[in-house]
Amino acid sequence: MGIVESRELLQKGEVSALELTDQYLRRIQEVDPKVHAFLEVTSERARSDANRIDERRAKGEILPALAGIPIAIKDNICTKGIRTTCSSRMLESFIPPYESTVTERLWKAGAILIGKTNLDEFAMGSSTETSAFGASANPWNSNRVPGGSSGGSAAAVASGECIASLGSDTGGSIRQPAAFCGLVGLKPTYGRVSRWGLVAFASSLDQIGSFTNSVADAAELLHVIAGEDYKDATCLKVSVPNYKSILQKSISGLRIGLIKECFNTEGLDPQVANKVKHAASQLESLGCEIVEVSCPQFNYGIATYYVIAPSEASANLARYDGVKYGYRSEGTENLASITSRSRAEGFGSEVQRRILIGTYALSAGYVDAYYKKAQQVRTLIRRDFDAAFAKVDVLLTPTVPSTAFNVGAHADDPLTMYLSDLLTIPPNLAGLPAINIPCGFDNTGLPIGMQLIGNVLEESRILQVAHHYEVSTNIMSDKPKGESIMI
Amino acid sequence: MASLTGQEGWEAVIGLETHVQLGTNSKIFTQASTNFGDDPNTNINPMVCGLPGTLPVLNKKVLEYAVKAAMALNLKVAEHSKFDRKQYFYPDLPKNYQISQYDEPIAEDGWIEVEIAEKGKETYIKKIGIERLHMEEDAGKLVHVGSDGLSGSKYSLVDYNRAGIALAEIVSKPDLRTGREAAEYASEIRRIMRYLGVSDGNMQEGSLRCDVNISVRQGNHAPFGVKVEIKNMNSFSAIQKACEYEITRQIKAITEGQRIVQETRLWDESKQITTSMRSKEVASDYRYFPDPDLGPIEIERDRRTSWNYELPELPASKRHRYVEEIGLSIYDARVITDELPMAEYFESAMASGAEPKALANWLMGDISAYLNSNKITIQDIRLYPSQLAELVKLISNGSISGKIAKDILPELIEEGGSPATLIAERGLAMISDTNELKAIMSSLMGLHPDETKAFRDGKTKLQGFFVGQLMKQTGGKADPKVTNKVVLDMLNATAD
Repeated sequence: MGIVESRELLQKGEVSALELTDQYLRRIQEVDPKVHAFLEVTSERARSDANRIDERRAKGEILPALAGIPIAIKDNICTKGIRTTCSSRMLESFIPPYESTVTERLWKAGAILIGKTNLDEFAMGSSTETSAFGASANPWNSNRVPGGSSGGSAAAVASGECIASLGSDTGGSIRQPAAFCGLVGLKPTYGRVSRWGLVAFASSLDQIGSFTNSVADAAELLHVIAGEDYKDATCLKVSVPNYKSILQKSISGLRIGLIKECFNTEGLDPQVANKVKHAASQLESLGCEIVEVSCPQFNYGIATYYVIAPSEASANLARYDGVKYGYRSEGTENLASITSRSRAEGFGSEVQRRILIGTYALSAGYVDAYYKKAQQVRTLIRRDFDAAFAKVDVLLTPTVPSTAFNVGAHADDPLTMYLSDLLTIPPNLAGLPAINIPCGFDNTGLPIGMQLIGNVLEESRILQVAHHYEVSTNIMSDKPKGESIMI
Repeated sequence: MASLTGQEGWEAVIGLETHVQLGTNSKIFTQASTNFGDDPNTNINPMVCGLPGTLPVLNKKVLEYAVKAAMALNLKVAEHSKFDRKQYFYPDLPKNYQISQYDEPIAEDGWIEVEIAEKGKETYIKKIGIERLHMEEDAGKLVHVGSDGLSGSKYSLVDYNRAGIALAEIVSKPDLRTGREAAEYASEIRRIMRYLGVSDGNMQEGSLRCDVNISVRQGNHAPFGVKVEIKNMNSFSAIQKACEYEITRQIKAITEGQRIVQETRLWDESKQITTSMRSKEVASDYRYFPDPDLGPIEIERDRRTSWNYELPELPASKRHRYVEEIGLSIYDARVITDELPMAEYFESAMASGAEPKALANWLMGDISAYLNSNKITIQDIRLYPSQLAELVKLISNGSISGKIAKDILPELIEEGGSPATLIAERGLAMISDTNELKAIMSSLMGLHPDETKAFRDGKTKLQGFFVGQLMKQTGGKADPKVTNKVVLDMLNATAD
């Protein structure tokens, strides 16, 4: 069930907010021992908030857009008074004394916090396996990863444990898990949504976005969380369109560009390529013009990203030193060892790896060759997109070169793990909005996703294309049964 | 201290790095208070403490203060400027990086004029170049228990009240040549900042901090010697003394065949020497990169123009004007312009028609003495500048004596009011009438025949006695000039 349908039921009184919340809490109890999407289930608060919604409704109050809708929040987004761990020992007992902007807006819109979800530690990963508190499972097949870093948020929606969830996306951390879990995953334009309260990984790349079952739900959430915020200097002061009401706008005549470099990559699963191309032809039958475009620097994105992101992360994670808050190692003798031991013990190996890479890439003698060079390539990648958008309105690519891989498949080789982000990274580098939408299944029944990329601040357009595609093809109704634990 | 350039042709080369805390109400990147002296860790918030998920946003007032400071220092304000992260680990730095400016500071390439006045030497003016001014955030404070520093202490406490306060870092060119020049440069920077109202420049409270870079060379065309950084000077005189000590130390060392080590030394105020900090073998790599949380710094043209317009007349200009146009001495000009409120008071009183030199004397003398002993400032007194002008005019036109003026000054300062009215009410007008004074003197001579005789016998000092008595009789109102003449004439007149 989505936001729109749930809201109708609530408004008609066919179900109370408390009953709806209890339904999801029961579902969590039933399946989460296997899915492990949640690090924290906030049942008491959820029930109390739901109750208050019911009371307000009983008094005849007009309730805001998300009243009574249970939403899960990725555990790198600060929720006041509720543990926010980033799936790290470093913040295992950290309770933020303040609320992030996005969650403040959700609660003001009446949404119910059902729990905090699992992620790769500090959002660094593509499988949720680097979580210090155990991996999450892909509800479609528990031998497979749900993707990452927002694997918990994806698994929670895909297994019916909540109606929608928020995640964060730095190099694909919403879109890739959305593809693996058969969900709509939206990463807005950089600066569309405030980062105040999002624990920083890579400041120039991070964005908060959503996991939903439908495009309409994604539009609902974006409308609530987007918009200017004086607490975030990178948040754009641009008005927020009513994404919900413009979803229906016709897409006939829109030019959809297939980025040829994305279909040529070796390692691209032919089943994925086929389904995405098939989706393109379905868009054509909806009146779109399909065009091939070239973004020559597209595939340099991954190398560029794996210099810039760790560099920014090495600075953003320097604050975790065992001095002010968070994990502090026991029995240390002096300041240097407080910091070095706390970080050695509090951070997992992937986080340490990226901090080291970033420190190296910024150090004297190397910063020009690595960090500055990467920023220059970033500009070239952006220019490729600018040139492409002069010819087309929306770009289309597969979201991930493969479907969900096996748990432990890349345990010994971080680099092959990184390749999972090949197709999602360039929109982060260019700050462009991008969405994953399910477009089929592979021959083992795992979801396949396609990525629509829009120009700056053109969320409306990619939502429209995605919405029309979803409504006309109804892909998820064909979902196969299998070893999954889906509803 | 012998002139340094006289020491076998040695020349000292000195540059100053000054950190000025900008006096905005909120910190540079967040709204926490900048108030000094509050209980530890009360002026903090999640952003100050570097909590996860927090972000900096530039306080526009800080930008205004920094740009005005730059304009006052004749620096060129940059078209393009940005913030960078300066990374190092230390517990007084909450994020373990400081948001600062590296290669695109807000302003570069300026100068100030410094007036160097030393007892027994001729006052001279020198132009000192300034490399740059940039904005950055201050760090917190550490208190160590059981030792002076981190090492050897049982534990340390961190106070983040100061963390995040806006700083303007001002780097001079190495144009200074003596400790005196260095101290005066620092003093002028402070004076300018106070004139602008962008900082209170209080070295004791840490709102003005100076580090010195100093080297020596033989002759003024030789390449610069190895420079040593000196820290921990808490007053202008400490700056001067530290420089002078260090210059002597370096010259002695080189003369004895030793090499100067590039290091940081601390000024020890109690021992009056510089001592070596454990020198770091390798210069720190701060891994600077542009801060992605903050956009480029932009100042609209109109804003720039209006800020420039809002600058007050600065100390050097005032000093020149006072000497060249108003006719004050260099010394008087320097004293009156030391603090802007005093200069403004002076100018306002002058505009009411009082004679400048006399005004200056009153301000530098009796009024300053009153302010100092009552620990108040010129802004606290109730005597309007126009009223002080009135007092000065009353003296100059003979309506009251200087002594009476001094007597009533405290009351005027405390209550305000028109001196003329007060004088009229109390009958304090000066007595200049010769006959009236002669009559009083006559009766005095009658009362003190021994002293009269003694004077006539040669004890001429007793003139003062009679002047004093006459003053006492008239309640201080007698005109001193006329009194002196009357007393002298009458004492000298042969007895009839």
